[in-house]
Amino acid sequence: MSLSSVACQVLEIVAALALAPLLSGWVNQCRAWLQNKSAPSLLQPYRALHKLFNKDSVLADRASSMLRASPYIVFGCMVLACAIIPTLSTELPLSAVADGIALVGLFALARVFISLAAMDVGTAFGTLGARREMLIGFLAEPALLMVLFTASLVSQSTSLTTIVETLAQRDLAIYPSLALAAVAFTIVSLAENARVPVDNPATHLELTMIHEALILEYSGRHLGLLEWAASLKLYAYSAIGLALFFPWGVARAASPFALLLALPVLVLKLAIVGFLLALLETLSAKMRIFRVPEFLATAFLLAVMAMLTRILLGS
Amino acid sequence: MMNALPGQLINLFAVILLLLAFAMISQRRVLSLIRLFTLQGLALVAATVVVAYATRQPHLYLSAGITLVLKVFLIPWLLHRVIDRLGVRWDVETLINIPTTMLIGVVLVIFAFNLASPISQLSSTIARGTLGIALACVLLSFMMMITRSKAVPQVIGFLSMENGLFFAASAATYGMPMVVELGIALDVLVGILILGVFMFHIREQFDSLDIRHLEKLKEE
Repeated sequence: MSLSSVACQVLEIVAALALAPLLSGWVNQCRAWLQNKSAPSLLQPYRALHKLFNKDSVLADRASSMLRASPYIVFGCMVLACAIIPTLSTELPLSAVADGIALVGLFALARVFISLAAMDVGTAFGTLGARREMLIGFLAEPALLMVLFTASLVSQSTSLTTIVETLAQRDLAIYPSLALAAVAFTIVSLAENARVPVDNPATHLELTMIHEALILEYSGRHLGLLEWAASLKLYAYSAIGLALFFPWGVARAASPFALLLALPVLVLKLAIVGFLLALLETLSAKMRIFRVPEFLATAFLLAVMAMLTRILLGS
Repeated sequence: MMNALPGQLINLFAVILLLLAFAMISQRRVLSLIRLFTLQGLALVAATVVVAYATRQPHLYLSAGITLVLKVFLIPWLLHRVIDRLGVRWDVETLINIPTTMLIGVVLVIFAFNLASPISQLSSTIARGTLGIALACVLLSFMMMITRSKAVPQVIGFLSMENGLFFAASAATYGMPMVVELGIALDVLVGILILGVFMFHIREQFDSLDIRHLEKLKEE
C-alpha cells in the first residue's frame, strides 16, 4: 500500500462527502426547472446541513440508545460504501476489504438500523415507515445483487475495482446483458433512494411517505447526519451505476495528472445523471404502494434475464 | 468469443424480442398489448434483415418483407378494428397475478435455455445462440395464452408464439423454405380473420369475451 494510493482513497472519501449534497441540490434544481418552479440554490443542502448541525437535538424521553446510535452507524455505512466504489481512481486500498456483495450488505446494515431506530419510540408513523422500508429493501436487494453478478460475470470478479478496470478496457461492443442490467439498476436505485415512482422526496407529512416517516423522530445533528447519509446514498448509487455502465474516465494509476482529469469527468457524469434523474422523476407519477412489489419484481426479472443472456450468448 | 457486429446485432434484437414477450405477459391493457405486439414484429423484421445481410440469403429479405406487411401493419390494424367494434378497452383479467406469472416466466426461460444449448451446439449458423431465446419466446407466449381469460389477449398470445417460431426458424436454419413460409403467413392471416369472427360470436352468445363461459357444455 503506497502513499499515493492512500492519498487517492482519502481524496475519494472527501470528494464523496463534498459532492453528495451538491448532487442532491442539483437534482432538486433540475426538477424545479422542469416543473416551471423557481429553483432553490445549488448550495441549499449545505445550508440545511449547517443549520441542522447548529441546532440542539431533541429526543423522546422513552428513546433508547438505539435512536441515538443509529444516525452514526447509517452515516458510517454510507461513507464506507462511497469509499469502496471507484469513482476517481481504481487504486483504492479500502476496496480490497469489501467487494460488490459486501457493498449490498453495507446498504442492508444501514437499512436495518434506520428501521430499528424508527420503531424505537413506538409512534405509528415510524413503525409504518420501517415496515415499508423493509418491504422495498427485501425486493430491491436481490435485484441489485443480480445486477452486480452480471457485471461480475463479464469481468470475472466481484471486486468493484477489477470490474471497472476490465469494463473500461474492453472493446466497444454491444452487450445486451449490460443494457438489461442497466435498466434493472435504474429501477432499483429509484426505489432505494426514495425517488418518485416509489416515494416522493419532496413531501414531509403524507400517509404514503417512506423515507420521511423513518426520520420523523429525529432533529438537530442526528437529522443532519441522516440527511447527509441520504444524499451520500444517492451519490453511492450514481457512482455504482457509472462504475458498472460508464466506467470510462476513471484514473487507473494514482498519478496526479490522471486524478486531475478524473475529477472533472466525474462531476460532468454526475451532472448528467442528476439531470436524467430529475427528468425521470418529472415524467413519472407516484405509484400505489401495492404496485411497488410488481415494479421491483420487474427489476429482478430484468437482472436475471441479463445474467441468463450473458451465460447463453456470452455477450 | 465476441463475434462481429452482425452477430451482436442479432443477439441484441433477440434480447429485445424476449423482453417484449415479458412485457406482454405483464401488460394489463389490450391497446398496449397490441402496441407491444407491433413492436415485437418490428424487432423480428430487424433481426431477419440482419441475418439475411450477414449470410447473403436473398429469400430472407422476402420473408422479412412479408413479416413487415403482415405483423407490423395488417394484423395490428385488424386487431384495432376488432377491439373497436367489440368495445374492449378495459383492463385484461389474468388468472394468476402478474408478479407470480413473471417469476414462472423466469423459470420457463431457464428451462428453454437449458433445452436449447445442446441443440444449438450442433448448429453452425451465425445466430445459433439465440435458439434458446426463440424457444423461450414461444413458451412465454404459450403461458400468456394459458393465463389470460379473455379472447383478445389469447389471440395476441397465439400470434406472438408464431413470432417466436419464425425467429427460431431464421436463427437456427436461416429460414424455412419459401413455400412453407408463405403457407404459414397465409395461415396466420386467415386464422386471425376466423378468430375475429369467432370473437363476435362468443360475445353474441355470452355477452362477454370471457372464454371461461365456453367450459360449460350444456345450457342451463
